[in-house]
Amino acid sequence: MSEANTQAVEKYRNNFLKEVEERVEEGEWVKMCMQCGVCSGSCPFGPHWAHPPQEIFMMIRAGKRDEVLTSDSMWMCTSCYNCIVRCPRKLPITHIMHGLANYAHRLGLAPKGQPTREFGKMFWNNLVATGRVNELKLSLSLYFKDGFSQGIKNAMAMKDVGLGMLKAKRLNPFELFSPHGCKDRKGIHAMLKKAREIEDRRKHLTS
Amino acid sequence: MAKKEYAFYPGCSSQTKASSSNYLVSVNSMCKTLDIKLTQIPDWNCCGASIGYAEGGELPRHVLNARNFALAEQHLSGQDVVATCAACWLGARETKERLGASAQLLADTNEALKEAGLSYKGEAEIRHMVEVLIEDLGYEELAKPVVKPLAGLKIAGYVGCQTNRPFGIAGESFENPKYLDKLIETVGAEAVPYDQKVTCCGGALAFSEPEKSQKQIRDIVESAYDHGADMIVTPCPLCQANVEIYQGEVNKRFGTKFNIPVAYYSQLLTVAYGGSAKDAALDGQVIRPTKLEELASKK
Repeated sequence: MSEANTQAVEKYRNNFLKEVEERVEEGEWVKMCMQCGVCSGSCPFGPHWAHPPQEIFMMIRAGKRDEVLTSDSMWMCTSCYNCIVRCPRKLPITHIMHGLANYAHRLGLAPKGQPTREFGKMFWNNLVATGRVNELKLSLSLYFKDGFSQGIKNAMAMKDVGLGMLKAKRLNPFELFSPHGCKDRKGIHAMLKKAREIEDRRKHLTS
Repeated sequence: MAKKEYAFYPGCSSQTKASSSNYLVSVNSMCKTLDIKLTQIPDWNCCGASIGYAEGGELPRHVLNARNFALAEQHLSGQDVVATCAACWLGARETKERLGASAQLLADTNEALKEAGLSYKGEAEIRHMVEVLIEDLGYEELAKPVVKPLAGLKIAGYVGCQTNRPFGIAGESFENPKYLDKLIETVGAEAVPYDQKVTCCGGALAFSEPEKSQKQIRDIVESAYDHGADMIVTPCPLCQANVEIYQGEVNKRFGTKFNIPVAYYSQLLTVAYGGSAKDAALDGQVIRPTKLEELASKK
């Protein structure tokens, strides 16, 4: 458990709604939910959420902090935005789900090994390296996340997809050695470092 | 001088030998015919995409997009920013909207941008290539250069999510947008009605949750087949990749025998405008779009 988490528990005590309003992206909208359930019924991965969005909103109001932040539910969001466009109260549900997932991740409460959490982290670190995504390295880091031999198995299982892409010239083995990327990587790294500092200060996420 | 000029944001997947490099080649061919001049934003960076939130949070993602805007304002002043990738467009528009609505977020963004020697003023508009085609040119204008109508080709227009929600194309409904069907008809092909036009392909979760996503892909492809489509056409690079390259995996998982080509609208337009298979980058398809190839090679 991170120090930031201990501090948040101390500060907000039983008022999880207030914590979400102040620290989670678009969290101030949560109290507007009227529990109609259209979001849950519109979600392509709806059946896979332990707690669909509508339930998450009620759980926040009921102060179920641990249950919400340790849930893998928010990580089921595919960013399809069905919930946003169908919500009768126009809640930015997709963004709230991303915000909750990010907050749980940063506090160290999100489920360990949750595949989308891991992939999201890989994706960000991948793009930050050169300023642009390196698709080959991203695929390899996903396949090899559980070690070398599992990685080989994963890569072999996906070899037809990979060969198809290679043949269609949409996958470049040389990306491993001479990747695409931005020229001003130094500037990009400096601005992202600063952005993270500011965000951590505003959301009290000092790690 | 070109008829229209834009600051171009092609996005990571469009780069040479990346997963949507065929999209970029065909967009360039299409724009050449339509006299649209695209100038790449110098040194543009990734938008953070839909999965960047986990580690990137809020401000760092907005700063990424704002850097592109700042570079566009500095080097291509007065031009709208145009993205071809649905996720780039969505991410960029979201940032533009948020920074426009919050003075605090804007100030924080500029404080971070200063580290890269840049500042964002909020001038540039963010558009998708499809908006440029429909709003700045119009269907009538788009039909004029057609020399090879794609007659007899039945196409399932797969709009998907991110060019459709939450912003969408002005005047279109979220549940049944018509613009892609109209583009298909503009080049003389037949747009087949089917019920999975705006279904999510799983997006980035095709990588992290393949089993769940492949069910989505199965539903989309199955519906296209059931309604008699010869091929699927989409405006989104991730839709294109997911729905095309995982058909083999879907077949293994569900015992189906799918093998339907998935192309971009820009590839259709390029062929209808008389472009070769090479101009339309049809060799970039993993599943051969044979009917479109035949039309492209016809004199």
